[in-house]
Amino acid sequence: MYGKGLRPLSIATVAMLALSLSLVFFYAPLDGDQGFIQKIFYLHVPLAIVALVGFVVGGVFAIAHLRTNNRKWDAYSYVAIHMSVIFGVAVLVTGSIWAKASWGHWWVWDEPTLVSFLIVFLMYATYYPFRYAIEDPERQARYASVFAITAGAFVPLNFMAVRMAQSLVHPRTFGTANGGLPGEMMLVFLCCLATMALLWVTLVKFELTAKSASGQVKRLRRALDAPTPGAASRIAPEVS
Amino acid sequence: MLSLLAATPALPLDEAGKYVAAAFIVFMVLLVVYVAIMAAKLQRIERELRELAGFAEQRKQEEQREEVSA
Repeated sequence: MYGKGLRPLSIATVAMLALSLSLVFFYAPLDGDQGFIQKIFYLHVPLAIVALVGFVVGGVFAIAHLRTNNRKWDAYSYVAIHMSVIFGVAVLVTGSIWAKASWGHWWVWDEPTLVSFLIVFLMYATYYPFRYAIEDPERQARYASVFAITAGAFVPLNFMAVRMAQSLVHPRTFGTANGGLPGEMMLVFLCCLATMALLWVTLVKFELTAKSASGQVKRLRRALDAPTPGAASRIAPEVS
Repeated sequence: MLSLLAATPALPLDEAGKYVAAAFIVFMVLLVVYVAIMAAKLQRIERELRELAGFAEQRKQEEQREEVSA
């Protein structure tokens, strides 16, 4: 069920990745201020936006889980947060590389955007040990959903707080007093954003399909009374 | 394809180019590592399915043997 449409989605993602990379390197004009280094922006910012939206989506799935008590939504929430954490790692690494190239430092502690993203990332990094610490699957799913909702609500609040904070260092993509990005750069940026969103959806679907297949194998094993090969994972929720 | 590549501007792979390349390579490596982990998971599921299929076949043969002997 989860694997339905995965092949065209994967093909579309690969095609969009190729198109976006081509646009970044061969179409987008060089930035007058930062030059070639600014190309990292087309990777770093869409990854950050998709990761943050993914955390919020994980919270929305968690609300659906608490409302319906259907474990499927808990699995969706888990996978959404899991994928966003992976994207978050990419954001932190690419951001550090950009900071080193642009500012001469791998990390700047007095920059609110960087520190706030790190706080959000570390908060979600605690999701795994939090989940793993609870033995009972029902309680685990319920507590994880409460965590996902609370943390998901914190993400937009945190984003707004950072936007309101005055900073002269970190650039703003939209709605600045100076007018934001010029047309060609904006087009490439939006294409990259769509690509990253598509990649996130594809990987979430991929992960859910794998979890579903694993869940079906476990069900089959139980139905056949077959011996279990090893200890089952307690951290990842099952999808049937 | 070659004419298209010839028409494209040269990439300024100087000091800045190293950092840009590093950022994009890190992203690609993360993606490849994730896909490799998922491939390993799928291999494990496939192996388990094969085991279960063997188990079911073995059980069916045992049942047929019992029926014949009865």
